[in-house]
Amino acid sequence: MTAEPAVAYTVRGPLAELTLARIRELTREPEAVFWVFVFPILLTAILGLAFRSRPPEALPVAVVAGPHANTDLAVLSTASDLKPSILPEGEARQALARGRVVLVVSSGDTPVYSYDPTQPESRAARLAVDAALQRAAGRADAFTPGQAQLIEPGTRYVDFLVPGLLGMNLMGTGMWGIGFSLVVARNGNLLKRLIAAPARRSHLLGAQLVSRLIFLIPEAGALLLFAHLALGVPLRGSVLLLVGVSLLGALAFSGLGLLTAARPRTIEGVSGIMNLVMVPMWIFSGIFFSTERFPAGMQPFVQALPLTALNDALRGVMLEGTGLAPLLPELALLAAWGSVSFVLALKFFRWQ
Amino acid sequence: MTQPSDPTSAVRCRGLIKRYGEVVAVAALDLEVRRGECFGLLGPNGAGKTTTVEIFEGLRVPDAGEVEVLGEYWRGDGLTLRSRLGIQLQETKFPDKLRVSEVVTLFRSFYPHGLEVASVLALVSLEEKAGAYVRTLSGGQKQRLSLGCALVGDPELLFLDEPTTGLDPQSRRQTWEIVEGLKARGRTVLLTTHYMEEASRLCDRVAVVDHGRVIALGTPRELIASLGAEHVVEFAVGEVAATALPDSMLRALPSVEGVVHDEGSWRLTVREVHRTVPALLAALAERGAEPMHLATHHATLEDVFLSLTGRRLRDG
Repeated sequence: MTAEPAVAYTVRGPLAELTLARIRELTREPEAVFWVFVFPILLTAILGLAFRSRPPEALPVAVVAGPHANTDLAVLSTASDLKPSILPEGEARQALARGRVVLVVSSGDTPVYSYDPTQPESRAARLAVDAALQRAAGRADAFTPGQAQLIEPGTRYVDFLVPGLLGMNLMGTGMWGIGFSLVVARNGNLLKRLIAAPARRSHLLGAQLVSRLIFLIPEAGALLLFAHLALGVPLRGSVLLLVGVSLLGALAFSGLGLLTAARPRTIEGVSGIMNLVMVPMWIFSGIFFSTERFPAGMQPFVQALPLTALNDALRGVMLEGTGLAPLLPELALLAAWGSVSFVLALKFFRWQ
Repeated sequence: MTQPSDPTSAVRCRGLIKRYGEVVAVAALDLEVRRGECFGLLGPNGAGKTTTVEIFEGLRVPDAGEVEVLGEYWRGDGLTLRSRLGIQLQETKFPDKLRVSEVVTLFRSFYPHGLEVASVLALVSLEEKAGAYVRTLSGGQKQRLSLGCALVGDPELLFLDEPTTGLDPQSRRQTWEIVEGLKARGRTVLLTTHYMEEASRLCDRVAVVDHGRVIALGTPRELIASLGAEHVVEFAVGEVAATALPDSMLRALPSVEGVVHDEGSWRLTVREVHRTVPALLAALAERGAEPMHLATHHATLEDVFLSLTGRRLRDG
C-alpha cells in the first residue's frame, strides 16, 4: 500500500455506484437497447401502417345481365360510393357468396336486391343502390342535407394504440428489467456477496428502482416523440401529468417485478412467473382493443389489473386531455399495486 | 452475552450446530482464531467448512451455539461489523459487462474506510486489466478480482473460502503470494481449503475438519509431529501376498510408528526411512511378497488426515 496509485478512481456513494452499475450493464447490452428503445417504435410504426386511415372505398355491386342491365349500370355508375359491374346470373350469385360483391341487382320491371342484411357493407350498398335507382325513376329528394366530415387525429386506431403500447412497454421493461437482473445476481452469488460486503439492502433494491426511472425518460420519450412527429398522435392533456402517470406506472411495475423476482433462483423460474403475471394483462388490459369488449361479468377483474388502470390513465391524458382529478381512481390503483408488491417483495426476498 | 471479549481473539465459537434437514453440517464445533494469525480449516468437500465460515460471516444463522467476531455478535444487518471484514465467497459471478475497475469501485463504495481502488488493483496484479470487461478475464484473474473486492475495505479480518479451488498452479501461487503479503502486514486471515499444500504453506494454525467436527488442531508442524514420525513409506504387493502381511508384523519393524492398510497397499509412518526400508524388504522377501510399488516422502497434512479418518482429503 506504499506504492503511489497511478490512476485515481472516483468513488461515489453506494446508491449512485449501484445505479451506475445497473445503467452500464443495460446500455452495454445491445439486445437490451433494442428491446427497450427500438422495438416499441418499430411496433408502433408497423401497426400504424397496418391500421392507417384509408379513404372510404366504393362498394362493389353486381347487376345481373339482361335487357335493363346497361341502363341500371349507367344509373349506378353515377353514385360515387358504388362500383357496379354486369355479370351473368350464376357468376353474380357466386361473387355475392364469396364476398367479391356485397349486393346483386336483378333488373326487371321492379328491381330485386339480393344481399346479406347482417353485413354492414351490404346494408349500406342497399341504401345507395335503392336511392340511385329510385331517383332515376323520378323520385325527388325532399332536401339536400349539409355535411361535415370528421377525419381528424385523436380518433384513429393508431391514436388508441400508442398509449396502450406505452403502457405495455412500461410493464415489460419494469418487470423484465428488474426481475432478470436480480435473478442473475442471485444465481451467480452476487447478491450474497454484496450483502456480505456492507451494502445496504435498501440501496440494492433502491438502485433497481432509480435506474428504472432514469431509463423511463428516453424509453417513453422516444416512443411518444415518434408517435407525435411521425404519426401525428396528439397529446391533449398536460405533459407534466403524462410524465407523472408514466412514473407511477413504471414504479408499480417495478414493484411487481421485484415481487416476481423475490424468490426464484433461475431464469427459467422467473420467466414462468413473469409470463403468468403479464400474459393476462396483454390480453385483458386494453392494449390493442378496448376493454369494453369483455362481458360485464369480467369487468371487475379487467378493471383491477394495473395495466388497465395505466392504459386508461394514459389514454385519458393523451387523447381526452383529462386532468388529474378524474384519473385519481386509476392512479390510486397503480399506487396500491406498486406499494403492496414492494412490501411483499421485501418480506419474502431471498438474498442468497 | 456481555462478558468482556478477549482482545486477542478474532473469531470465537462454542457449540456451533447447523443442520440442513437430516444432514448435520456442523456438529458442536468449538474454535478460536487469534488476531494476526492465518488460520486454516482443512477438510474434504462436504466437511462443513463453508457452512462454518458462512456462520462466522453472518450469512447463516446457526441452530445452536454462539459466535463472536472481532469481539461482536451478529445482529441485524451487522453493517458496522461487516465494514471491518473482507469476505470472499467460494464463487461469485460478477456482471460480465462491467469493467474490472468499476467492480472494485462499486465494492469500495460500501466501505466507510479502505484502500484506493488503484492500490487494490495493484495488490491483486490487475492494473493492466483495469479497463477490461469481467467477461474477458481468465479464471485466475476473476479469482483475484474477487480477492480484490474482499480487500478493498482494508479489513481487520479476511475470510477466504476455497480461494484457489479450480485454479492453475501459477494462479494458485499468485494468490498465495497475496495472502502472504497480508500476513506480513499483520492481518488476520481465515481460509478454508482442501489442498494440504495450501494449508501448510499459508496457515499458522490448522483445524482439520471432518463431518462438521474439528478432529485435529495445531500448527502444521505439530499436526505432522502428532503422527510420531516424519516420513511415510508407501508400498503395494500383489493380492495373493497381501494376506501374508499382518499389520502386527509391519508395526514391529524398526522405527515404524503407524500402519494404514488399504486393499493391497500400505502406508507406514516411520521415524527413519533408512532403518525401516531394508527391514521391510527383507520381511517381504521372507514371505515371498514382491513389492509392486515402493515410495517414501516427508509426512504431510494429507497423511495426518489419512491417519485420522482412513480417507484421503480429495476423495470427497
